[in-house]
Order: sequence, then C-alpha cells, then structure tokens
Amino acid sequence: MSEIPLPQVAKRVVPWWLIRHETMLALILLIALIGLGSLNNRFLTLDNLLNQGRLTTEVGLIALPMTFIIITGGIDLSVGSIVGLCAILLGYSWKVFGFPLPLAMCFSLLVGAAAGFLNGIVITRVKVPPLIMTIATLALYRGLAEGISQARSVRGYPEWFYFIGQENLFGVPAQLWLLLIAIVVSAIVLDRTTFGRTLYAIGNNETAARFSGLAVDRVKLIIYTLSGLMAGLSACVLVSRVTTTRSDMGIGYELDVIAAVVLGGTSIFGGVGTIWGTVVGLAMIQLLKNGLALTGVKGDATIVVIGAVLILSTLVASSLQRKREGV
Amino acid sequence: MTALTLAGAGADPRRRLKVLASQEALLAIAVIGLAIAVGLYNPRFLAVRNLSDVLLGNAYIAVAAVGMSMVIVSGNIDISVGALIGVLATISGTLAVNGAPIVVAWLAALVAGVAVMALQGVIIAYLRIPAIVVTLGMLSILKGGLISVTGGKWITDLPDSFHLADIEFFGMLPFPVFLMILVTILAALWMRYSASGRAIYAVGGNAEAARLCGISQPRTVVMVFALHGLFAGAAALLYATQLRVIQSTVPPNLELTIITASVVGGVSILGGVGTVVGSTLAAVLIAEIASALVFIDVSPYWIRAVQGVLILVTVIADILRRRRMAGA
Repeated sequence: MSEIPLPQVAKRVVPWWLIRHETMLALILLIALIGLGSLNNRFLTLDNLLNQGRLTTEVGLIALPMTFIIITGGIDLSVGSIVGLCAILLGYSWKVFGFPLPLAMCFSLLVGAAAGFLNGIVITRVKVPPLIMTIATLALYRGLAEGISQARSVRGYPEWFYFIGQENLFGVPAQLWLLLIAIVVSAIVLDRTTFGRTLYAIGNNETAARFSGLAVDRVKLIIYTLSGLMAGLSACVLVSRVTTTRSDMGIGYELDVIAAVVLGGTSIFGGVGTIWGTVVGLAMIQLLKNGLALTGVKGDATIVVIGAVLILSTLVASSLQRKREGV
Repeated sequence: MTALTLAGAGADPRRRLKVLASQEALLAIAVIGLAIAVGLYNPRFLAVRNLSDVLLGNAYIAVAAVGMSMVIVSGNIDISVGALIGVLATISGTLAVNGAPIVVAWLAALVAGVAVMALQGVIIAYLRIPAIVVTLGMLSILKGGLISVTGGKWITDLPDSFHLADIEFFGMLPFPVFLMILVTILAALWMRYSASGRAIYAVGGNAEAARLCGISQPRTVVMVFALHGLFAGAAALLYATQLRVIQSTVPPNLELTIITASVVGGVSILGGVGTVVGSTLAAVLIAEIASALVFIDVSPYWIRAVQGVLILVTVIADILRRRRMAGA
C-alpha cells in the first residue's frame, strides 16, 4: 500500500476551492460586474440587479432540473415547448373550460409534469436517446400549443394573478423567492441525498450504476418529469409577468438554459456539475444580456453572444478536462 | 447482420416481400394512398396545380434533408441548418440585388454553406464537442446575426435571372423538382457504392470498427458536414428564388421539418442506417400532409404537432424493430 504515491494535494500552493470551476466563474462574474458597473452607472444599482433576478427566474427554474439531467449525461431540448404548451393551457383552461385560475395553474403544472413524464418514460422504457426524444417532443409540444391556441392569445387575468410575476415580497421580486427556494432544495438534493449522488453515478458510468443496484430508470424518469413540472411553473411565472399567453412563449429557452448549465461547469458528457455552478452560470448569462442591452446592443445580437459563449465554454471545459485526465 | 441477411436472401421469394416492406416502399405507398384518400374527400386536392405547388414549394426541404440524412447516418445531428438556409438565402439575394454576377451570387451561397458546416464539422470531429452543443450555439449565432445585420428588412427587386426556381426543363420539369430528384439519385448511388460513401455508414454504425478498418472518423465527419453545407446552399437557392422576395429572417422551425423528413425517411437516429431516397419521399409526404390538412378542413396550425407525432412513431418503431432483430 505504501508504495502507491498519494495524490499530491499538499504541494498545491493555491487552496483547492479557488481553482474550482465555480469559484473561477464567480471571480469572472465579479470582474464583469465591476467592469459593467463602471461603464454604466445604471447597471450596479440594487433596483437593476433585482430586476435582472426577476427576468432570470423563468430560465432559472428550468436550469435546475436541467443540471440534474445533464449530470446524468442526458439532455432535454423540449423545455421551451413545454413552457409554450403550459402557458397556452393555463390561459385556455381558464378562459374556455372556465376553470378557476388556481385550478388552471395546477392544471398547467400537471400538464408540464405529464409532458416531462412522457419524455422520461420513452427514454427509459424504449431507450430512445434523450436528444432525439426531446427533439421530437420539441416539435410535438410546440405543435400542440399552436394547434390548441390557433394563434389566439388570452389576456385579462385577475389582478391578484400578477403578484407572482410583477410584485415584490419583502423588497425582493416575488418570483425570485420561488427560485431561491428551488435552488436551495435542488442543491441539498444533489449534494446530500442518495438520489442526488445516483445522478453522478449514472453520468459517470450508467452500466456500473445499474449493476450497483441503483434504480437508474426510476431516477431518470423522475428528473425528466421534474424538468417538465418546472417548465410548467416557469410558464405560470412568465404568464403572470407578461400578462398574456401566446403559443410562441418559451421559444429558444433551451439555449439559455443549456448555456447557463454548461457555463456553470456541468459537463455535457455527464458526471460532473453543481447547482452553485448553474446559479453562477445563470447570473453570468443574465448580466451578459443586461450589460449588452445597456451598452446599446439589441436583443438579437445578444443571442449571438450566448451561442458563442455556449460553444466556447464547452470547448474550454472539455480541453481542461482532457488535460486533467492526461489524455 | 444486415449484410448477412441480404446476402442470404438471394433467391428467397420472401425477398420480394422484404422490398415491399422497406421504409421507402412504405413511404411511396403512403404518399400515393394519402393523395387518393384526400382526393376522394376533396377532389380539388388532386388538381395538377396543387400537386405541383406542393412539390415545387417543398423541394428545397428534400434537398436539405439529403444532407441531414448523411449527418444523422454518421451518428451526428444538426439543428442549425434552418438558420443557415435563411442566412445563405439572404447572402445570395443581397449579392444579386447589388449587381454581382448571378453566378457569383449562386456560388456564394454554396461556398458559404460549405464553409460554415465544415467549420462545425471540425469543431465536432477534432475538438470532440457534441454536435448538439455546437449546432445549438451556431443556430443562435446565425439567427441573431441575421436579424441584427439585416434588421429584418425584406430583399425585393431581385433580378429576373436570379430566379433559379423558374427554370424549366423540356417545358414541364421545374428546376427545383429536377434538382431534388438528381441530388437524391446521385447521393443515394454515392452512399451505396463508393468507398467514401460507405465510410459514413461505417462511422455511424461502429466508430471503433471503422477506425480499425482504416477509416478516419474525424475526416469522414468533416466531409459529411461539408457536403451537408453544400446541400444547404442548394436548398437556400431554391428557397430564395421561389418567391419574388427574400424575408431575411430565419424560417421558423425549418430544421425540425428537415430532421423529420430524414428520420421519417428511415434514417436511424442511432446512426449507421438509412437512405436518402427515403428522406426525399418523407419530405414529399410531409409537404403533402401539410397541404392535405387545408383540404380536409383542419387548421394548418396542427402541422407541427403532426410532425412531432411522425418523428416519435418512426423513432420508437425503429428502436423496437432493432431490438426484435437483436433478440432473434
């Protein structure tokens, strides 16, 4: 035993927590904050930052389960379409079926969960690769939203409904509380529970996880269902914020969500990732959008930057990983 | 395993049944069957004008689906192609309007298509980043870039000679349909009989075995993406020249329609299997369905849902069939 050299942790001059991906990212975030703040004095105000938190909630809620999914080596491209479908059904069930609004919200959450469950059940039972399954449902769920709504929007919700999306609770945007609770719960689940550790095991070696007696299929089914459920929640928050439902809601969300997760250090190859990383990634994406907007860059040009960030951060992460593994 | 079955089936009468049950034959039957069924409900559907409009207006999807099929057979995916077609159409149209020789305007679309796709191929094959990440990123770069450069302005006043889609052969065969058929046949022959074409199947079917046979996996992937870019360029020209204006925005969800055509055409999403004849027939079928919805009084807003169901059913059927074959 004594001949095996121990990993040379002691030799490191920099403490371990400083060279973690999340820490480096947080440092970059801090520098970006200060830089943008000095460029534009409207940027580094509490009002602006809280407002950015409000805007990031819809993507953030979905990014949490997406972190779980990408850690297992999977992906869910249908989240944006689920947001659209749930938003449409929220408005439709309220207006056309005459559901009371709270019931309509529950209905839309249920539909989100069901949409995610369908993804999960086909992925685990039929063994369709997650990428293909969720491309198919990306088309299917958006198609259902378009077909059901016939491109008509629903407006005129009761005043109280706008509380979630537009009001403050204890000085903080109401929906930001939802996101904070979701972040804390997801972080604890991922870090401190058997369920969370199973996700890493699946991502590192699914066959080994299966042979170790882990309930791989059940865990996967749960995370895809969760992804749909959170997309439904995100739809409710979105509708409440923008006061209308349209079938094109949530288009392109998958880009923001996946970019935030990957930027946050979760490996697209599975097995690696943390909720804290995703939170920092989310903040980076939102501040990037906000910073660019304040310097006069239009929304369409922002998605160019986010697309480039997605590719570059994956490139950097994978080359770092390869270096670590000495390949 | 497939090779064995084919070789052994030489004189087998069941072989004829097998040909009939192939994906291509099923699709051809579906295309004709649907036409008859809808025609019985509403004879106006079968008007020559309607059928030729369906073919003309969607030939570019079939051309793009040929490249997409190669990409999927090689075990990859590309969701940036819809955005790329929008960008290439705009590039070509802008050049034509600004007085560049028409041939240059046409070639520019092809060259730019090859360049963008080859770049993606290099990132995927040599830097080993999953195709979905690269093409998702490229999708937003192209989409955002196009709108912010053009401001969404339409290109009008295109010179008459620019309209490739107007050319007709023998006074009856329109160029888009001609190109669709030509590209499909050439690509099908190339993929079936040439060494480089077979390499695509080898790489998609079993990358390790392909490597041991001396096939360079990265080089094959880059080649496939470059070709895919060429077809995307050709598709963009058909798309740009069929109307008198170019909208300078990305056609929404075009990539989904193209992927649907490839997958429904029998290209296995697990890689290694599929033909471009199937994908072209599937492109025609999807266009026919979209048109049929109107004639049977169903709102065209349902077309995307129909596409989703089509992909889902084909993919599940493909995987179940493979599992049964592996079990037998």
